[in-house]
Amino acid sequence: MRLIGWAIALAAAGLTPAAAQTNAAAPAQSAPTATAPAATTVTPPAGTAQEPNKPDAAQPAIVPGSVGHMIPTAGVGEPDGRKGVQLQVTPIGQEAASFHNDWLLPLCAAISILVLVLLVVALIRFRRGANPTPSRNSHNTTIEVIWTLVPVLVLVAIAIPSIRLLRHQYTPPPADVTVKVTGHQWYWSYELPDYGVSFDSYILKEANDPTRQANQRARTDNDGPPLLAVDNRLVIPQGKVVKFIVTADDVIHSFAMPAFWIKQDANPGQLHETWAKVDRPGVYFGQCSELCGARHGFMPIAIEVVPQAQFAQWVGQNGGHMPGAKPAVAAAAAAPANVTPAAAEPTGATPATQPATNQAATAQN
Amino acid sequence: MSTTADSLHLQPHEAHDAHHDADHKPGFFVRWFMSTNHKDIGTLYLIFAIIAGIIGGALSGIMRWELMEPGIQVLNRAWPIGAGTANFDEWTHHWNVLITAHGLIMIFFMVMPAMMGGFGNWFVPLMIGAPDMAFPRMNNISFWLLVPSFFLLLGSTFVSGGTGLGAGTGWTIYAPLSTSGSSGPAVDMVIFSMHLAGASSILGAINFITTIFNMRAPGMTLHKMPLFVWSVLVTAFLLLLAMPVLAGAITMLLTDRNFGTTFFDASGGGNVVLYQHLFWFFGHPEVYIMILPAFGMVSQIVATFSRKPVFGYLGMAYAMVAIGVIGFVVWAHHMFTTGMSVDEKMYFTAATMIIAVPTGVKIFSWIATMWGGSITFETPMLWAIGFIFLFTVGGVTGVVLANGGVDNYMHDTYYVVAHFHYVLSLGAVFGIFGGFYYWFPKMSGRMYNELLGKLHFFLMFIGVNVIFFPMHFLGLDGMPRRIPDYTPAFAYWNKVATIGYMITIAGVAIFFVNLIWSLAAGKKAPANPWGEGATTLEWTLPSPPPFHQYSTLPKID
Repeated sequence: MRLIGWAIALAAAGLTPAAAQTNAAAPAQSAPTATAPAATTVTPPAGTAQEPNKPDAAQPAIVPGSVGHMIPTAGVGEPDGRKGVQLQVTPIGQEAASFHNDWLLPLCAAISILVLVLLVVALIRFRRGANPTPSRNSHNTTIEVIWTLVPVLVLVAIAIPSIRLLRHQYTPPPADVTVKVTGHQWYWSYELPDYGVSFDSYILKEANDPTRQANQRARTDNDGPPLLAVDNRLVIPQGKVVKFIVTADDVIHSFAMPAFWIKQDANPGQLHETWAKVDRPGVYFGQCSELCGARHGFMPIAIEVVPQAQFAQWVGQNGGHMPGAKPAVAAAAAAPANVTPAAAEPTGATPATQPATNQAATAQN
Repeated sequence: MSTTADSLHLQPHEAHDAHHDADHKPGFFVRWFMSTNHKDIGTLYLIFAIIAGIIGGALSGIMRWELMEPGIQVLNRAWPIGAGTANFDEWTHHWNVLITAHGLIMIFFMVMPAMMGGFGNWFVPLMIGAPDMAFPRMNNISFWLLVPSFFLLLGSTFVSGGTGLGAGTGWTIYAPLSTSGSSGPAVDMVIFSMHLAGASSILGAINFITTIFNMRAPGMTLHKMPLFVWSVLVTAFLLLLAMPVLAGAITMLLTDRNFGTTFFDASGGGNVVLYQHLFWFFGHPEVYIMILPAFGMVSQIVATFSRKPVFGYLGMAYAMVAIGVIGFVVWAHHMFTTGMSVDEKMYFTAATMIIAVPTGVKIFSWIATMWGGSITFETPMLWAIGFIFLFTVGGVTGVVLANGGVDNYMHDTYYVVAHFHYVLSLGAVFGIFGGFYYWFPKMSGRMYNELLGKLHFFLMFIGVNVIFFPMHFLGLDGMPRRIPDYTPAFAYWNKVATIGYMITIAGVAIFFVNLIWSLAAGKKAPANPWGEGATTLEWTLPSPPPFHQYSTLPKID
C-alpha cells in the first residue's frame, strides 16, 4: 500500500516533469540502442559516443576530497578480497550482517560438519574390513522422527530473526530525502525531485582504455577502484533516511549497494522503493545486478555520503536548491499520501534546471 | 502397441533371450535412427548428453579463461572463443551468449537427457520388470525432438541477437531484454529450441508415468519399487506440470517479440515481472527435475555398496514426493529483489526453508543406510559419498539464500553461482557420474577401469571444490553474476577458480580415457558385478541385457 501510495503521489506530483523529460529523451536514447545491432562495422568509440563529458565541460579542475569527489577508504564500501560480507553502514545492513555472520553461517558450518563427521564415522566403522557382516536394519521410527523434527526446530530458529529482519526492512522511518533512480543501457540517472537535481552517472574508464574518448575523464584512484568508479556520484546526506524510487527505461537493471544491504530491481514501467540510512560518511560502490545486455558489467553505482552542509553545497553545485520550507518537506515525507501539494512546490522550480539537463543529455546522445 | 506385441511372443526362459536378440536385432540405421527399444534410446540419450556436456563444459572453460584475470583477454579473440570483432560491445555481448548457452546446454541438453532420457529409459523398465517403455515410438520422438532443439540453440549463435551474434539474455530469457532488448532472430531460435526441448520432456514424462503406473511386473507394488524409479516418477510429474508453463511463458515472449503483444511490456498494460513469475513457476521445479533422479541413483548406489537395504524406504520415497510438491510453491524466492510485498517475501522465505526438512531426511537416511553396513569403495560409491557431502554444503547455502531479507545482499552475486553449482555441478553431475559408473557394466557388458575411475573422482572432487568454494567469497564480497570483467579486488579468488577448472578438466579427460579404454578392452562384466548388495531387477539380467528382456515377466514376492 505504501508503495502504491508513493507511486501515485510521485506520478501525480513531483515526477511529472521527470516523465516528460524521460519521454523527450527517449527518442534520442533509443537511437544508439537501435544502431547498436547494426554496429558490426562501427569501431569501439562509436559505441560509447553517447557518454557525456560533463565533468570536463562543467568542472575543468576536480579537487580530490571536495564534495562529490571524496577519496574512498580502502576496504570500506568496496570489495577488498575479504572472505565475508562487506562492512555494513546502515542499521538494516548491520542487523542482516549480524544475522548472517553470527547465526546463519555458524549454523551452516555446524550442519555441514555434522554431516561430514557422521559420514566419515560411518565409512570408517562400517567399511567391509571392519564390519564384514552387514546388519539388515532399515527402520527406526524414533530416529526418523528426530531427524525430521530437529531440522524443523532449527528452521524455526532461523525463520524468527529472518522474518524480523524483513519486517524492519519494510517499515522504514519517514524519508528525509527521496532519490529517483533510473537504470538505462548502460548508465544510471539520478533525480532528487525535491532539490531540483538530476544527472546521469557513467562508469569512468581507465586511462589506457582504447574505448575511452579523448574528452572523457579517465579514472584515478581518487575516484574509486577500476570498473566501480563513476563520473558523477550520487551524494546523499549522512544520518538521513534516503528513499530510493527505482525504475528503468529500457530493460531490467538492478540497483545494488552491498554496503547498505540493498538491492532493488529496476523494472521498466514500475516504481519500486527501497531505503537506506547511512551513518558513516564515505564513498560506497555497487554494480548493476540484473543482466541488462552487453555492458551489464560496466554500469557501476557510486554513492557518496556526506554531512548535511556538504550535501547542501553539492545540491547547489548541481544547479539545485535546498527546499526553502523545510517543514513542508518533512511533512511530505511523513505523510506520503498527502504529498501532492507539498511535492508540487519544487516542481515549479525544477523546470529552470531541467531544460539544461535535458539539452545536455540530448546533445550527448 | 509394439510393447504388447513384444511381450506376446513369450520365450520360456530368459537364457534364450541372448540368442533371440541376436536374431532379431535390426540393422544399424533402423536400430539407431528408428529405434523403439528403450535401451537403445537410453544409449542415444547418453551419447547426446556426453556431446552436449563437452560443448557446455568447453563454454565454461572459455568463461573461466576470461575471468582468470581482470580485463578482457579472451572475448576479443576469434569466434567462437571470442566475438571475432573489434567492437567492445560485441565482446561483452559474446560473454552473455556464453553464459546463456552454458546454462541452457547444461540444463536441457546435458543433465536432463542424461538422467531422465539416459538412465531413466535404460533402467526404469529393467527395474520394474517391464519389457520396454509404454510408448516406444513416442520414446523415439522424444529423443529426436531434442536433436533439432539442440541445433536450434547452437544455430542461434550464428545469427544476430541484437548487439552481436547469438542470444545474450541469460538462460532465464527475462523480458524485456529478450523482447525489445534483443533484435534479430537469435532469441527466436532459442525460444523455438526450448519449445522443442519442452515437448520432448513432456512426451518423455507421459511415457514414464504410464510405464511406471501400468507396466510393473506382478508383485512390484508402488511401495516395492526401487527408489530410482520413485525419483523418475516424481520427476516425470514435475516435468508434466512445469514444462507447459515454460512453453506458455516463452510463447508469450515470442508474440511480444514478433506480433506486437504486450504481455511483458508496461507500455501496453503488461508487466515485466509476470514473465519472471511464469518462468520460475517452471524454473524452480526444474531444479528438482535435475536433482531428484540423482537422489534416486545415490540411494541405489549407497544401498548396493553398503550391502544393506535403504534405510527408511518409505520416508525416502515420500520425501521426494514432498520435495516435488513443495517445489511448486516456492518459485518467487528467485525474485526476492523484484520489489514484491513484505507478505510475499515472508511466505516465500518460510515455504522455501521447509524444503530443507525432506532434504535433511534424505541426507540422514543415506548415512543411516551406510550405518551398520559393510561398505566397499568402488568408484560409484565414491561419487555417491561425494554427492551427499557436497549436496549438503549446497543445501545449507540454499537455506541462507531462502531468507528474503538476507538475499538482498547475495541475490545475483557469485554466492548464488556457488550455491547452484554445488547442488547441480557437484550434486546432479556427481549423481550422473555415479550412475554412469554404477550401470556402465550393465549397459556395456564391460567393466570400467577402477583405478582410472577413482582418479577421475578425486581429481574432479578437488577440482570442482576449488572452482566453486571461492565463489562464496566472491559473492559475499559483492561480485555480481554474469559480468565478463571485474574490479581487481576479485582477482585472487577468480584465479583460484580457474585453476580449479583446469584440475576438473584433467579429471574429465581421465573419464574419457576410461570410457574408451573400457569399451574397447574392459573385462567382461558378469550379470551382477556388485555382489549381494545389488538387489534390484536389472542385476538379474545378463550384462548387457538382451535386446528384449523379460519375455517372461519376473514375479516379485
